[in-house]
Amino acid sequence: MKLELRGITKRFPGVVANDNVNLTLNTGEVLALIGENGAGKSTLMSVLYGMYQPDEGQILVDDQVVQFSSPADAIEAGIGMVHQHFMLVPVFTVAENVVLGVEPTGRLGKLHIDEARKMVREISEKYNLDLDPDAIIEDLPVGVQQRVEIVKVLLRDAKVVVFDEPTAVLTPNEILEFFEIINTLVKAGRGVVFITHKLKEALNVANRISVLRRGKVVGAADPATASESQIAEMMVGRPVQLTVEKKVAQAGEVVLNVNDLTVLDADGRTHVEGVSFNVRSGEIVGIAGVQGNGQTELVEALTGLRKATGGTITLDGKDLTNSDPRERHSLGMAHIPEDRQRQGLVGGLSVAENLVLTRYHDDQFSHGLVVDWEAANAVSDTLISEYDIRTPSKETGVGTLSGGNQQKVIVARELSRDLRLTIAAQPTRGVDVGSIEYIHSRIVQERDAGTAVLIVSTELEEVMALSDRLLVMYRGKVVAELDPTKVTPMEVGLYMAGSRPDGVVQK
Amino acid sequence: MKRLFNYLGERLNKISSLKLTFLAVLSALVVGAFIIVVSDIDNLRDGDIVGALSTVGSAYWALVVGSFGSLRAISNTINSSTPLILCGISVAVAFKAGLFNIGATGQMLAGGMTALWVGFAMDGPGYIQVPLAIIAGAVGGAIFGAIPGILKARTGAHEVITTIMLNNIAAFLILWLLKTNLFQREDRTDPISKLVSTQGRLPRLFGFLDGRADLIAHIGFIIAIGAVLAYWWFLKYSTTGFEFRAYGLNADAATYAGMHVKRLTVLSMMFAGGFAGLAGAAEVLGTYGYASTNFAGNIGFDAIAIALLGQSSPFGTLVAAVLFGALQAGGRQMQTNSDVPIDLIIVLRALIVMFIAAPLLVKTIWRTKNATITAGQTFRGWGS
Repeated sequence: MKLELRGITKRFPGVVANDNVNLTLNTGEVLALIGENGAGKSTLMSVLYGMYQPDEGQILVDDQVVQFSSPADAIEAGIGMVHQHFMLVPVFTVAENVVLGVEPTGRLGKLHIDEARKMVREISEKYNLDLDPDAIIEDLPVGVQQRVEIVKVLLRDAKVVVFDEPTAVLTPNEILEFFEIINTLVKAGRGVVFITHKLKEALNVANRISVLRRGKVVGAADPATASESQIAEMMVGRPVQLTVEKKVAQAGEVVLNVNDLTVLDADGRTHVEGVSFNVRSGEIVGIAGVQGNGQTELVEALTGLRKATGGTITLDGKDLTNSDPRERHSLGMAHIPEDRQRQGLVGGLSVAENLVLTRYHDDQFSHGLVVDWEAANAVSDTLISEYDIRTPSKETGVGTLSGGNQQKVIVARELSRDLRLTIAAQPTRGVDVGSIEYIHSRIVQERDAGTAVLIVSTELEEVMALSDRLLVMYRGKVVAELDPTKVTPMEVGLYMAGSRPDGVVQK
Repeated sequence: MKRLFNYLGERLNKISSLKLTFLAVLSALVVGAFIIVVSDIDNLRDGDIVGALSTVGSAYWALVVGSFGSLRAISNTINSSTPLILCGISVAVAFKAGLFNIGATGQMLAGGMTALWVGFAMDGPGYIQVPLAIIAGAVGGAIFGAIPGILKARTGAHEVITTIMLNNIAAFLILWLLKTNLFQREDRTDPISKLVSTQGRLPRLFGFLDGRADLIAHIGFIIAIGAVLAYWWFLKYSTTGFEFRAYGLNADAATYAGMHVKRLTVLSMMFAGGFAGLAGAAEVLGTYGYASTNFAGNIGFDAIAIALLGQSSPFGTLVAAVLFGALQAGGRQMQTNSDVPIDLIIVLRALIVMFIAAPLLVKTIWRTKNATITAGQTFRGWGS
């Protein structure tokens, strides 16, 4: 099968999401569609999958013009999609999930679950997916859940499978397994579209790379010859620094000391168990780990958003285990939260208002009970230009900015105070390459100015590049302390998965 | 004043959301006209469509004349609007902090009773007694409003449930109070209060026009306008107002930013109660001069629709309250002039709220393009 998008243009009020996009894909090959957030990748795939109708342009299957008015039409034509957020029923079994919507039924609509299990087993064997049809979805690791999604698509006989940011939720080892599955699919004569913003992965698995910027295809690259920096430049439109440049850390006195910290939730489940570590001034300590191993709860306990059940937290020797977030702010703690939309910003307020969200009560910005908006606006103007926040004005609602610019608002606000400790969780999640470069350099600058920095990130590459010392969390415990210059990502990945590789020195 | 004008300028820039509100009102009037025609059985039976349409015309014309057509009509509109403005602000300020105040009725009753007590227990001079009684009303309402706030902050009890229950508690409390020797009028056996002393009554707004006893509007309206300005200033310039807005739009971010959200919960309900208490004071001290069991009427519930219509903004709420007040005043005229019953006003108000709550419907009907849908804060807090 040959799939072609010809001159696709899709407009939304105020933006052209796709501008005359041309793409072709043959079965038996992998096309990587790469671009920054907001470049139009998802819109393009929604057009292909029948969720949006293009304003101009055509979709051709085997040189025949087709029209998809709904995903059902696209599936009929042999196009399958594996979404970034899985569409699975957690309490159903693998087989039940796979046949949902196309259930093999007998008379009076009786479900033939045995037939469903047989189908899952057959596909699983054919593509080497290793799936148990009777396993309950919520008991399975994310990587296996993704394979269930793949089986769903294959069962509906997709010739072309679209993966939307498939590696975002996977551990390094799961990513390798995923790449193998892609190879199997291609060998079996299917076509794969791989949407990503990670350059390395695109270079690894794709036969061809198409780069999207501001809704247009700005170039194609051959993974055999192209380099990461060439593609990054195409994505951003200017040369980009991909590696983190930093000098050797000049670690000073201990700023943050965490001793035997334990965090339980309201239901009594343990999220953080007996964690002890410290962060010294002038160094960056990174915490790696697969999402959901207690990092979120650890950060919330450190920043005062969650009660510590046991243990102590001190900042410059002052015990603040039970103090509230404001008191911690005033002692020089900055917090870049992992979920910027839920915690870091008030989307309905303006850029200027968000820039003072944690500081409006300082003497600098308020006199008694009155906010000094003139002072706040003046500081906002400075921060907007200093941190290169791309916004129409400081009065613009922060919720309308792109992810990268929203993150810059948070970084600007948090790093522009007098700081002793910066805690940054997922500081570059969903942020474009250009902004990542900037945010990383600001964090390193902060370290060099003598601040203690704690980075928590599930992006292994990021924590390894930024950290001077690396801790790995697994099931609520710190299972390793490593020197990031002396371990490979694969070794760290093993710790993240709960095993202990030989030959690596333990703490 | 300069700040005020700047603000009004900003509001005009948000014309598309105003346009949707206007279209919602227009849609309600169109549907209302249809209802008038359909219910005009006499003309329809005779096949007299023109006659039916003229009923619509005379009914709507009476609405206009009855609300703004004469000094008396304007006075009536002002009088109906006054408690609606204050209770509207009460609901709006809670909305801004993300809370749903259904208890304006109860808070109004509480504030009315405390104001009443100062009103009959003291006897002048007016320039001391009136401000004192008004402050007593605000304090009474604020204390009563604080109860659901404290319950929510301490135990997580949802304010929708607690405020509804407190409305009932207030209603029966007042029934009891009005039967006690302290409050009950000496010569009466039914629950009706003593009269506010002459010095304690709110001065008439048009008191300078001698002999116009029919102009019942009182200076409660000025208090209401003052409350709108205070609310506007509070939201825009006070640290607490900023905290309210942040908390209402994103409670998690407010917590993250170090705001004391439990205190904000109590404070916002206190403010809401205070504004509703002022409405109670204005009714008791201005309009009636005494209290009966139902002096709050439906005002506390109409206020929810008003805050919704005004998108909880100070001036939007003011305009919505005056619109509702005008409908009320004009409705009486409409009933007299054309045989359309005053109940149509209730239908119109319900339709306006329905169209406001369904912006997509309005957009489809009027085919407006690119008008941003601002569901706004008002829609938050439902059942959360």
